[in-house]
This record gives sequence, structure tokens and C-alpha cells, in this order.
Amino acid sequence: MLTTFEGYRRDNGRVGVRNHVIVLPVDDLSNAAAEAVAHNIKGAMAIPHPYGRLQFGADLDLHFRTLIGTGANPNVAAVVVIGIEDQWTQKVVDGIAATGKPVAGFGIELHGDHDTIMRASKAAREFVQWASEKQRETCKLAELWVSTKCGESDTTSGCGANPTVGNAFDKLYGAGCTLVFGETSEITGGEALLESRCRTPEVWQRFMFMFDRYQDMINRHKTSDLSDSQPTKGNIAGGLTTIEEKALGNIQKIGRRCVIDGVIDKAEVPTGPGLWFMDSSSAAAEMVTLCAASGYVVHFFPTGQGNVIGNPILPVIKICANPRTVRTMSEHIDVDTSGLLQREITMDQAGDRLLDMMFRTANGRLTAAEALGHREFVLTRLYESA
Amino acid sequence: MIHCVLHDPRDSVAVIVVEGVAAGMTLTGLILDEDRTITLECRQDIPIGHKVALKDMAVGDTVLKYGVDIGKVVKPIARGQHAHVHNIKTKRW
Repeated sequence: MLTTFEGYRRDNGRVGVRNHVIVLPVDDLSNAAAEAVAHNIKGAMAIPHPYGRLQFGADLDLHFRTLIGTGANPNVAAVVVIGIEDQWTQKVVDGIAATGKPVAGFGIELHGDHDTIMRASKAAREFVQWASEKQRETCKLAELWVSTKCGESDTTSGCGANPTVGNAFDKLYGAGCTLVFGETSEITGGEALLESRCRTPEVWQRFMFMFDRYQDMINRHKTSDLSDSQPTKGNIAGGLTTIEEKALGNIQKIGRRCVIDGVIDKAEVPTGPGLWFMDSSSAAAEMVTLCAASGYVVHFFPTGQGNVIGNPILPVIKICANPRTVRTMSEHIDVDTSGLLQREITMDQAGDRLLDMMFRTANGRLTAAEALGHREFVLTRLYESA
Repeated sequence: MIHCVLHDPRDSVAVIVVEGVAAGMTLTGLILDEDRTITLECRQDIPIGHKVALKDMAVGDTVLKYGVDIGKVVKPIARGQHAHVHNIKTKRW
């Protein structure tokens, strides 16, 4: 296995594999101005979203944590922040500025869209030209942060694509990388298997706190049968029958040797290397957005039936072992491991194939999702706005 | 050709991994954890990704996959038949 990759080193020491300049709206009202700036300045990317007004408490904390984490992600070189008013805008600017990267904020009130777009476009133009001179440098593999989450899973996920990720995770764990998995409700039926995988009893207790908290939420809101949603209609069409079966397939992603070193809440930043569990939704775009906000720079996304997801700043590498999906949706699949199910390749070879694509992606190769323009940015909400 | 795969030799179901599996075919199944094969007669047409039963099962029986409990039988299933949401349900939620 290679031991280095070519990345962008940021002022805070973290390493990214992309060099994006983003225009980040604080709230739904600022999407139009953000998109206008990105239209004006080639090389700046707007990341619109529908939230950010009248949120409060833990839900508001998560909103800020996700926006600040997205801007702070080392795949981002510089950030223009636009909000309807100055104070929340400044809060996001200050959070991102702690990384040392260039960031400028603009409030729309007392200015209007035209003036805001003009001023923000000037800042974006400076940032894009500044970022365009940044050079990749050789970085240690241990500096790479890799996340995983599966989607549109079917039964081939559990026997092909997910254990491929698990094989790669085992190797990356040994190399000292910082890894994460999550999808709290999709551990249901397999939670007992994780106890022996946790580093300490405290990690296990923290995991079970997150797990029980999610189960309580589901039990409060569920109707007659959550099977209408988990497994999804797509999962069932693909042959998955129960949540337990889906969960056991999900857990294949953490391999056989990785130890769960810690547990983080949604969009929190891990404090050291190793494998982390992040409490998170199992909805693809929500989970991948949270991974990006936690600082992960490459994502492994195994799929069975063929999920098409991408992310604005996090390259999403798709792995598939279902030969029908590989045939019918080939433009979405980065790594084909369907040979596993015909005994044409071993699990070790499949894992190496994924790692080869990971290094190529880290060094600059665009993923299928990036080439196709998939930029799903979906903020997790905890409850209604005030 | 491998028609279906299972994880653990104790599993009561296997996953169909090729298209076109039909009633009457003799299926070759790969046990992933042991890298050896088994054979069984298929009694129904089964789509790729769906499961075939490896044993006769009665209502209330526990279904094993990965060697682990994945739910309960809610309608009788015979070896070689299609095993899915019409005859297996979760024990949770």
C-alpha cells in the first residue's frame, strides 16, 4: 500500500484533497445572493440550503456546527459567508477563521442583494485567485481522514461492497488514519456485536447512550411499522427484508480489526486518530454532509441498488458489488467489486482496489459524483423552528 | 457459476447474486466465511439480491444470516423458496 498522497496543507496543519472556494449562506434567505456570487466568479461554488432562521437550542448549535465545520474542512481553501443579518453571519465567520484560512462575511440587511453581491464577489474573486496558486505537497497517509456511509443498500452490500470498505478500513486503521462510521438507526439488531469492538467500557456506554437516544426518538414518532421507512422501499426491492439484516450489512463497513476508539455527536470534530462512531441519520446526504462538517476529506460510499449521491466539498467514492447495478448505472460507480460474488477476486484484492481509487481520488482524480455535478448539501434538523 | 452466497454455514438463507434464477434450477451457493460451495434445488423464480431459503422453516422460527438473528418467520417457508417480506418480519420496532 502507498504511504503518501498529494494534498493541500492548511494553516491549521490539516490536509485537504480539494481546493474549493465556497460561498456559504447562513440561511435560506441568502441563497440567491450566494448563487449570484458563484455565478459571477468562476471557481467559486455556492452551497445553498433551506434552513437557518428561528432555530434554537441544540438544533441551532448543530446548524452552526455544520456550517462552520463545512467552511473549516481542509478541502476548502477560503470561504465567503453571506447571511441576512450581521450577527449570525459573524458567528460563522469567526468559527471558520479559527482555522487560519481566509474568510469574509457579508450581511444583507441595510445593503440589499445588489450591494452585497458586488462586495462579496470582490472578496470571492480575490480568494479564487489566491487559492489557484496553492500547490499540492506530499503528505503522510496517516493525515488522511476517511468517512463511510452506505446507501440504497441491498443484500449485495452486506456480502460485497460493505466488506470491501471494511477491508480498506482495517488497512487504513493500521496506518493511523482518522476514520468514522455512523447511521445510528441502522445498527439496530447488530448493536450487541459492537460491544466487543469498543476500545473501553466508557466508549461502549457512550455509544449506547447515542443508540438509545435515537431509538427513543423513533419510538416517540413511529406509526404502526417503521418498516415502511427502514428498510427503505429501495432496500426491499433489492432484497433486504428486515432492519436487523440491513444493520448486519452496515456493520461490515468497519472491518474485522478496527477498534471503535470514540463516539462523537453530529458534526463534532474527532480529537485523535482511529475509528469514531458518529451519531447520525441514515439518510445519505444528511450523513455525508455531517462527515464533511466533522472534517473528513474522502468518503467511501458502498451501494447495492445504486445511490447517486455526492457532496459539494467531500469526494464520494462509490463501491458496488451488484452486477446489475454496475451494468445499468455504470456512470455512478467508481469501484466495481462484483467479482467478489463470483469468487473472481478475494476480499483483500477488493479492498486494495478501493484503496487504489482512494489514492487516485486524494491526488486529484474526480469521482463519478463530482464529474456528474452531484452536490447534495443537506443539514440535519433536530426539531421545528421557533 | 456462483448463484447465491451465504456468510455463515449456520445461515438459513442465502443471497441470489445473478440474474435469471428460476424454479427448477440447481443452485451453487458459496459460503463466504469458509470459501466452499453447497448446492440446492430452487423452487421459485428469485430476483438478484433476494434470498433463497436453505431449510424448511415454520412460523415463529428465527432466521439466521451472518450467523445472527435477522427476524422471524411469519409464513411457512420451504427449502428452495423465495424468502422475503412476505414470509419474514423484523423482531424490532
